[in-house]
Amino acid sequence: MARSVTPRRKAMFTIFAWAIGLIIFFPILWTILTSFKTEADAIAYPPKFLFFNWTLENYVVVQERSNYMHYLWNSVVIAGGSTILGIIVAVPAAWSMAFVPSARTKDILMWMLSTKMLPAVGVLYPMYLIFIKLGWLDTKIGLVVVLMLINLPIIIWMLYTYFKEIPGEILEAARMDGASLKEEILYVLTPMAIPGIASTILLNVILAWNESFWTLNLTAANAGPLTAFIASYSSPEGLFYAKLSAASTMAIAPILIMGWFSQKQLVRGLTFGAVK
Amino acid sequence: MATKASRTAARIMMAPAVILLLGWMLVPLVMTLWFSFRNYLPLRGGDLGFAGFDNYVRFVTSSSFWPAVSATLFIVVGVLIITVTLGVLLALLLDQPMWGQGIVRILVIAPFFVMPTVSGLVWKNMFLDSVNGLFAQVFKFFGAAPIEFLSQMPFFTIILIVSWQWLPFATLILLTAIQSLDSEQLEAAEMDGAPPLKRFWFIIVPHLSRAITVVILIQTIFLLSVFAEIYVTTAGAFGSKTLTYLIFQRVLESQNVGLGSAGGVYAIILANIVAIFLMRIVGKNLDA
Repeated sequence: MARSVTPRRKAMFTIFAWAIGLIIFFPILWTILTSFKTEADAIAYPPKFLFFNWTLENYVVVQERSNYMHYLWNSVVIAGGSTILGIIVAVPAAWSMAFVPSARTKDILMWMLSTKMLPAVGVLYPMYLIFIKLGWLDTKIGLVVVLMLINLPIIIWMLYTYFKEIPGEILEAARMDGASLKEEILYVLTPMAIPGIASTILLNVILAWNESFWTLNLTAANAGPLTAFIASYSSPEGLFYAKLSAASTMAIAPILIMGWFSQKQLVRGLTFGAVK
Repeated sequence: MATKASRTAARIMMAPAVILLLGWMLVPLVMTLWFSFRNYLPLRGGDLGFAGFDNYVRFVTSSSFWPAVSATLFIVVGVLIITVTLGVLLALLLDQPMWGQGIVRILVIAPFFVMPTVSGLVWKNMFLDSVNGLFAQVFKFFGAAPIEFLSQMPFFTIILIVSWQWLPFATLILLTAIQSLDSEQLEAAEMDGAPPLKRFWFIIVPHLSRAITVVILIQTIFLLSVFAEIYVTTAGAFGSKTLTYLIFQRVLESQNVGLGSAGGVYAIILANIVAIFLMRIVGKNLDA
């Protein structure tokens, strides 16, 4: 039963919530706006909000001077590659735990979760050494593997909670009708599992895109993704606000859009099903 | 019921994930443990032999250890207090009837998707810079002297940036939890004449307690290893060096691997203490 809501009450909440929402969003909005300003307008006092000479010059300069496309490509390969690899490993594991649970399934799930708790800095030097030995330092393949490993527990957990929601009776019915394991997976399970897999991919691309410990410590100019690209604006380029803003906008735009689609999955994925 | 054949198939399907995670967990961990007992300086003579517990003792007795511990605690606790308090209030607000709820939610959640290096640099330069930053301009408007945020208030700066990033996470989870609250219970309380504050304290807060615990534990694990935000802002200067950053400097900057590895072992133990509590809650949920 819905509670009666007076229009006045609703209007009050609307204004209040919009004001707070805009305050929280403001740094992003300001960055996007500044990216279209000239450097002079960017530091003008009093600040110019909307009425300035809109220009795309910063985007051109950022691409030319620091080769944005190179880093963007690295980000796409690293985030996409690690997610795809993770899904390939995780789907069979999550499937078997969800549909053929054994007495140890819970322990295995908990153990997998525990590997996610390992603080990265604790194994920084070993990883550095392994990377040197394998010739993986500053290569995309190295980062694909590491990011796949750090996100694997989340991928498996998310898939597991999604697969758990598929009613087992359907599988039993398929088995009774004589479906083989292959047919069962291909024709019954896959169509029902696709939404869950898609959400998992979405969240993991976001997590991998923004990962900024291993990407900063194990890459340089060759394989550095956008996180490292932005870090190179630390100083003194960071004082050129318009350029910094253009670079930042280009680094976050793709993921901001993806993020909006994945709000619900965020809760499930990052709380390991503890809050639904 | 699962057949014997399907059990075997299940084992085979799990094998790659289990083997990979086992390797990922054990190999670097064993190496860190090994290095932590060695006197290992790659740039100054390499492995100089067994060091016993020297590294462990030296790490905790070095002059930068306690400041790093307190910096870590300060940042973690500060961010937790801000994000949980504001998160509860914001979740309650977003749960109210309003126009454009979806859009407001998107605005509030957006910071979570901004990569740490971007939020660090944007805040540091465009907002907190003492000459051209937006805050400095506002101060100037009111005739106040600008503040060198990074050097004068390093903790405030980092807590502000990190809280901005994590507030959406807390809000979203708490909002999910609030929406699962049975509204009839609230209505009954309202009809019985319970004032809003009492309804909040005796019905909503207990209902949220589990979600709040989950938020605190998950955030603690992530906050203990905050790195990029410090890397691009203070780079560990002005007393803002956390445990994670201290270990990073020992290992990669001063290349004292033995000492850094001992620090790493401490960090792993610390994270595991938090993890045990989180795992208990998640584990309980798995049974239900």
